[in-house]
Amino acid sequence: MTWIALKMLTGDRGKYFAIVFGITFASLLITEQSGIFCGVMLRTTSQIRDIEGVDVWVMNPNVRYFDDLKAISDDDLYRVRGVSGVDWAVSLYRGSGQAQLSNGNYQSLILIGIDDSTLAGAPKTMLVGKLGDLQNADSIIVDEAGFHQMWPDEPLNTGKVIEMNDCRAVVVGVYRASQTWMTMPVVYTRFSQAVFLVPAVRRLMPFVLAKCKAGRPVDDVAHRIQAQTGLQALSKQGFMNLTMMYYLKHTGIPINIGTTVLLGFFVGCAIAGQTFYLFTVENLKQFGTLKAMGMSDRRLVGMILTQALLVGGIGYGLGVGLATIYGIIAQRSMPLLAFFLPWQVVAGTGIAVLFISLISSILSIRRVLVLEPAIVFQGGA
Amino acid sequence: MTADLLVGQGVTCRNVIKDYGTGDARVRALRGVDVEVLPGELTLLVGPSGCGKTTLISILAGTLEPTSGEVTVLGRELTRLSKREKGAFRAQNVGFVFQQFNLLPALTAAENVAVPLVINGSTKAAAVAQASEMLHSMGLGDKVNTLPSQLSGGQQQRVAIARALVHKPRLLVCDEPTSAIDARTGHAIMTLIREVALQPDRVTVVVTHDQRVFEFADRIVTLEDGRVAGDESVEARFEQSQSS
Repeated sequence: MTWIALKMLTGDRGKYFAIVFGITFASLLITEQSGIFCGVMLRTTSQIRDIEGVDVWVMNPNVRYFDDLKAISDDDLYRVRGVSGVDWAVSLYRGSGQAQLSNGNYQSLILIGIDDSTLAGAPKTMLVGKLGDLQNADSIIVDEAGFHQMWPDEPLNTGKVIEMNDCRAVVVGVYRASQTWMTMPVVYTRFSQAVFLVPAVRRLMPFVLAKCKAGRPVDDVAHRIQAQTGLQALSKQGFMNLTMMYYLKHTGIPINIGTTVLLGFFVGCAIAGQTFYLFTVENLKQFGTLKAMGMSDRRLVGMILTQALLVGGIGYGLGVGLATIYGIIAQRSMPLLAFFLPWQVVAGTGIAVLFISLISSILSIRRVLVLEPAIVFQGGA
Repeated sequence: MTADLLVGQGVTCRNVIKDYGTGDARVRALRGVDVEVLPGELTLLVGPSGCGKTTLISILAGTLEPTSGEVTVLGRELTRLSKREKGAFRAQNVGFVFQQFNLLPALTAAENVAVPLVINGSTKAAAVAQASEMLHSMGLGDKVNTLPSQLSGGQQQRVAIARALVHKPRLLVCDEPTSAIDARTGHAIMTLIREVALQPDRVTVVVTHDQRVFEFADRIVTLEDGRVAGDESVEARFEQSQSS
């Protein structure tokens, strides 16, 4: 019966394309908006991702996300180093400050101070300059977007000078960074210099970065640190998850973007459902003829489900494909656009489209099941 | 063969009543119809519009449930069959010819004819092959792969007749088979239906209001206002007209 179902469906090209369009539109909208949502969420963790080469982040037990800065004691660095399974551990400063540019303008920026001797946690991809130059006095490196923000219309270069907390700092390099949640420039310097670039406070160290010994599981070492120091110790992915969960729970992002995703779902349901239902209604005489000829309800339901799943599958494929193309093109032409398409979004859209297809077919199935086969005879009494 | 011996193989209606709607909106379409249709002859069901012809043929074909009364078709009491059993009964024993042909527009002529075979469990390939043979035997060999929209009205009705007969049903039900085609084609179609109807095992009922096809009938049952107003063989009619 499958072949009859498919021929009936594709025989009327206009309606067939209308149904596929409805589901494609819904699939595209759901995937695209979910992709943007994931992209935005991912950006909340960009500074964690950019700090490479470390396994465990150690911090105050009450820290809820990356920007939730709660300094810990300098002694904690030594306590972490003393935990079995830790190869090395370094301090990381993260704060924000005001920079005065040579033209007199002020710019807020994020300051990250990394270990003086090892430069552990520094970004890997330098676009201009060398990372090693950070060892020079008063040196800083700036992210690409931050450089353009502070010195618009100028090519990337070194030698630019800013002033922070009455101290001079020289740009010795520009690095490639992930797009951040905030729009402020992210400046890296050595820990020992960072303390001069911000107003003095008692405690400066919010994070300790630790590397596990070869062959030691990260989660195991994190548990040991936590148990022995009383601090919160998380893997990189664990800290990213903690940060994303905070934004999910405490910001309006999920509800705002979720509304659009939900809208896409309902619009898809409405378009696909209505078109598919109309398709069935207009073909009632054909279904009635088959019913009169003795086709069982089970086979008729099978035909409708086959039709619904086919248009659902095609619409889903087209929608996800178009969303992916949109993401690739948009990211190239609009770097500020956040778009990330994990497999979970693709699978979730698939489930949503399956649901849309089933909802659409249920109305049609009901209509066909209550259909009297006598409809095939013209007239009435 | 006498009529009594053939009753079990034909169609019998006893005091069939059919109501549409309920309460004040209730309309009685059939008011106690008694009819017998015998195999091996062509029975016409005639009468003015709204007299209950379509309702009666729907009940005979097992596509509509009577409100009360007994309907025995080919020895089976239809009112005692479940919906599912009735569907299976129709699939095996009933062939339909409709006024508007009711061919599936997306299927070729051969595929349309193959549908009853597929419903009865044949594979598509076997069914289409058998359907193509049937179309060849009916002079439509060159239209096997043609869509209904590319066929004339007469050709479509012949494809519909092929579809109605391909699974060798014992009951052939035709609803106004000539009303959507011209007189000449209608004559050819009725000749074909009569040929089929005269086969000894086959019971054939044709609903029509087209007086030009009366000449093909062996028996004419006239309905008026939901009742049988006349039930006579063409021979008796002829004798009656001669005597008057």
